[in-house]
Amino acid sequence: MATDYSFPDTAAKTATARPEPADGPSKEFDSGKMSLSMGPSHPSTHGVLRIQFELDGEIVTKANPVIGYLHRGDEKIAENMTYNQFVPYTDRLDYLAPLANNMAYAIAVERLAGLEVPARCQAIRVLTAEMARVSSHLMGLGAYGIDVGAWTVFMYCFEEREKLYQLFEELTGARFTTSYTRIGGLQRDVPVGWTDKVDKFCDQFLPILEEILGLLSRNKIFLDRTVDIGVISQADAIAYGLTGPNLRGSGVANDLRKDRPYSGYGQYEFDVPVGSKGDCYDRYLCRGEEMKQSIRIIRQVVKNFPGGDWYARDARKIFAPPKDKVLTSMEELINNFMIVTEGPQMPAGEVYFEAENPKGVLGFFIVSKGGGVPYRLKIRSPSFCNLSILPKLCVGNMVSDVVSILGSLDFVMGECDR
Amino acid sequence: MTTDVALPTAVSQQFPSATPRTSLDCPAFNIPAGDARALLKHLRDTLGYDFLMDLTAIDWSAGQSPRFTVVWHLYSSTKHTYVRIAAHCATDAEPAMPTATGLWAGADWHEREVYDMFGIKFTGHPDLRRILMWDAYPYFPLRKEFPLAGLPTEMSDADINAETGVGVIAAPMAGGPFVATPGEPMSEAEPRAKDETWNEQREKPE
Repeated sequence: MATDYSFPDTAAKTATARPEPADGPSKEFDSGKMSLSMGPSHPSTHGVLRIQFELDGEIVTKANPVIGYLHRGDEKIAENMTYNQFVPYTDRLDYLAPLANNMAYAIAVERLAGLEVPARCQAIRVLTAEMARVSSHLMGLGAYGIDVGAWTVFMYCFEEREKLYQLFEELTGARFTTSYTRIGGLQRDVPVGWTDKVDKFCDQFLPILEEILGLLSRNKIFLDRTVDIGVISQADAIAYGLTGPNLRGSGVANDLRKDRPYSGYGQYEFDVPVGSKGDCYDRYLCRGEEMKQSIRIIRQVVKNFPGGDWYARDARKIFAPPKDKVLTSMEELINNFMIVTEGPQMPAGEVYFEAENPKGVLGFFIVSKGGGVPYRLKIRSPSFCNLSILPKLCVGNMVSDVVSILGSLDFVMGECDR
Repeated sequence: MTTDVALPTAVSQQFPSATPRTSLDCPAFNIPAGDARALLKHLRDTLGYDFLMDLTAIDWSAGQSPRFTVVWHLYSSTKHTYVRIAAHCATDAEPAMPTATGLWAGADWHEREVYDMFGIKFTGHPDLRRILMWDAYPYFPLRKEFPLAGLPTEMSDADINAETGVGVIAAPMAGGPFVATPGEPMSEAEPRAKDETWNEQREKPE
């Protein structure tokens, strides 16, 4: 039986859909400006960012980012729960690097308590934070590849990221929302043999990373899309409070891991890569190099992995006692109950702590009136500040370059909107 | 951890109105709202605090006076130290603060967020609109009297409102964060959701 494969008469349909004006089609082109709304659901806006453009042809003359589509009121929520109860919410800030968020939040609260965790706990936190940095940059790189038309990079990156996620799962029990830290310690110690697996991952990862970066670094199409596009001057980067690879891409060598070492970062050797021009390509190069430096740090941590306690044993009012003690000792049971219901007991005061996260500087400003619940907790999110430069950065570029710029800023809306 | 030891004298010499503020980490100062901008400018231009890292506010809850405090955190990329500046808003009913947008372009979004969440108006801000909530939203959610569950409002778009007939409803808080209050009678202190839509004292709304 013959099937009719002919296409429907599209010409006839268009004619009915677009009736010509009564006085015939206009002879003159409309030279006025056009407004274009990009997002909130758009593949290149990496989440729910919306940008209203005013366009002159294909050139952006005005850009107005609209954010808040993912606003969940995390700061309000924090004021209504104990310090430990908020840990899962930090996973959902920059959900591509939850382990780094967990660590930043835990250290902020520990600074409030004046508590220093043991060396093993610090080492585990550094290890997980650097692994989170690698996984976050892999995601950023892969998505950037897609943005500018390179699919292969994405597949390679995701394969490596998957290996990291399996390690995360073995460590924390969750792939994505890890909630690994507790105030004064961790959820659990590292499993036996886990650090060897991390070391093995590093061994096989570096050659693959070279291969991934080799796909882009001298790729003519990629260079055309990124070199001299979205140039951020040093002065602008500072004025807008940019941080992380976006700041360092502009040549400002600011890295809190080096400048204000926390959690024992001071003992590890690593370099801080900076760009020279501040264009999209420089930001890409910075992220690529940062991954190599992270692997360097991970190797040092694994090599000199400290023994001893993995939580602050003396912080009895803050870190819940181990389960075996809770089940065998009345006193520990009561203590555990108090910490769970009333929260870890904190002194009154104000503390501001910032950590160098994959996306930039994540800060927590905690105002405490004492007790187990913060009076006010402000989250200084790097993506929020990094995006605030968009109205200036987009203007004068073509719409297709905006896609390239957005990818190079590597933001996460969960963190921007909180 | 390093702190800027010379900072307190450098600030108090230039600004006698600045008083030390209790802080657990970096140097902190209270400054009258009128002098805030000048102090921020001095810190940026003379004392090397080139980064405005964070700008936020604290609501000391209704009935307190001064009720609102705006807090700036500056960072020096040369000295690698922080400083915290705090200024009380003069009036509690119509809180206002001079803008810092002329000093740091990044202050724009921070101030819009503080306005959005606390209702503090930054005088001189070029475009003070809501940023996280939608433009017609009637409340300031981070004020202390605003309940965690939220308050029912209309949807942002009148068309959607008319079509669906459904507005924004308060979040059901059953099961949601349980916290004990220390230092009260046992019956009061037992773990309960801090901000339930209803409890023994407040009736379930219809």
